[in-house]
Amino acid sequence: MELLELTALELGKEIQKKNVSVREAVEASLAQIHKKEPDIHAFVTIEEEKALRAADRVQKQIEDGTLTGPLAGVPAAVKDNICTEGMKTTCSSRILSNFVPPYSAEAVKRLQAAGAVILGKTNMDEFAMGSTTETSWYGPTKNPWNVKHVPGGSSGGSCAAVAAEETFFALGSDTGGSIRQPSSFCGVTGIKPTYGTVSRYGLIAYGSSLDQIGPIAKDTADCAALLEVLASYDKKDSTSVLRKDYDFTAALTGEVKGMKIGIPSDYLGEGLDEGVKKAVLAGAEALKAQGAEVEFFDLGMVEYAIPAYYVIASAEASSNLSRFDGVKYGYRTSDYEDLHEMYKKSRSEGFGTEVKRRIMLGSFVLSSGYYDAYYLKALRTKALIKKAFDRAFETYDIILGPAAPSIAPVLGESLSDPMKMYLGDIYTVSVNLAGLPGISVPCGIDEKGLPVGMQLIADCFREKKLFRAAYAYEKARGPWKLPCGGKEEK
Amino acid sequence: MAVKIDDKMIEYVGILAKLSLSPEEKEGAKEDMSRMLEYIDMLNGLDTSGVEPMSHVFDIRNVFREDEVVNGDASEEMLCNAPQQKEKQYQVPRTVE
Repeated sequence: MELLELTALELGKEIQKKNVSVREAVEASLAQIHKKEPDIHAFVTIEEEKALRAADRVQKQIEDGTLTGPLAGVPAAVKDNICTEGMKTTCSSRILSNFVPPYSAEAVKRLQAAGAVILGKTNMDEFAMGSTTETSWYGPTKNPWNVKHVPGGSSGGSCAAVAAEETFFALGSDTGGSIRQPSSFCGVTGIKPTYGTVSRYGLIAYGSSLDQIGPIAKDTADCAALLEVLASYDKKDSTSVLRKDYDFTAALTGEVKGMKIGIPSDYLGEGLDEGVKKAVLAGAEALKAQGAEVEFFDLGMVEYAIPAYYVIASAEASSNLSRFDGVKYGYRTSDYEDLHEMYKKSRSEGFGTEVKRRIMLGSFVLSSGYYDAYYLKALRTKALIKKAFDRAFETYDIILGPAAPSIAPVLGESLSDPMKMYLGDIYTVSVNLAGLPGISVPCGIDEKGLPVGMQLIADCFREKKLFRAAYAYEKARGPWKLPCGGKEEK
Repeated sequence: MAVKIDDKMIEYVGILAKLSLSPEEKEGAKEDMSRMLEYIDMLNGLDTSGVEPMSHVFDIRNVFREDEVVNGDASEEMLCNAPQQKEKQYQVPRTVE
């Protein structure tokens, strides 16, 4: 048994059977982190001692029967925009480089209550603004499949850490594709749940109407089990939704006979790499062979999603990020005359280029005289995007397409042209605008040796359909090998 | 309806955003914002007449609850993060003479 190659659920089973101790699992992850980090740089903060102490505590609770869940003792990583009590949470920004939260996010508390052991915090695009993890104040994360390439973003650290087997799973957040796109680029499985499913309490806000926390793992079964742990109704998040059914793992039947799957023709047009298209369509064929009914259709509104998204996300960001002013926490400039200069200089020195770009765009579209033309126009567009999806889900159980139009780009390629980077979000942002759940599942490797992700989208609260289809697809696809493997080099 | 992002506009947006930008940053921001807005103007090609702006995807209204204190006093932990503090309070530059 190669410990690091196990999925989170497989490891959890071995721990319950006493074949592996929690400490052994955590030590194995830490050793892999030491080995891989010089090349990958998936982590911003590694908390060895805390992890080992937590491991011993969890072990005791397993032994005395308090912790019986399937994820007890499993090592985990958390994206650095999710608050962890007593553990630095920086959003990969200079402005929060010394911030130690006095409380944990609800999602983190739920993970810990399930017995997961947090190894550390993962790198990301600064404040989750970016698609490559290159806008991090701490420098970029590299793609474990090929370190010349980016891991995607903004949850690039979380996805790379899972792909490099430094952790058995990770938490990410998704505002416009930040779980699904890096999952695609790193060959791991990541789901953005329906808006309101996982509490946003303790998630440092970027675009509040779009942000959702979700799990990133090695396969669909892990994601389903993790979502059962993470999903909850939380009074501390006013947009939290009380759902009727949290039994996501019950959907792992492998059965897709009669399931209706639609592929938007408008997802397959200009701008989509041939290699990605081939892999995704092969994925659709595999589902068809399992008995699903697959057809092409016109979704509509696709080209309007990116402009609407950037208006809405930037507007919300400009408001959310006004709290960073150098008073109560975070970076304060060293040299200032008065309060206003302190605010302005702290913010200007503390935020990176992409964050400033979006704060400025957001301030502009919300400003008097432009609010109607830009912000309200974008919200009207959002209503039409939602309607287009509603129409599609009258016919289809699942919408299938790529997670991103390309494989992972080479480091440095994207930052020079932000517009080009924004266009890479074409298949993901509309899902956030409409509040839908979406999952990215590895479906192939292109000729450059980099993975391709297939995105499945379902109607709101229909995660079980996603899990059912994704799980059936995995069975048809066969085992998926991560690039490094947990094996010791001999 | 292309909006011209000139020096005056960048100044104004800088004030709204509470950012002080260097001359180079201002030039860059002008170019970036102009390009982005030009792209966003694509939305003008979409007929949204009679469509209500959708701020939330679900039909939820204000969520009220009693403001009950459920956590203890964490003022020390809170203050730990303050860039400057004095006598258990946040310290800022003088704002009134």
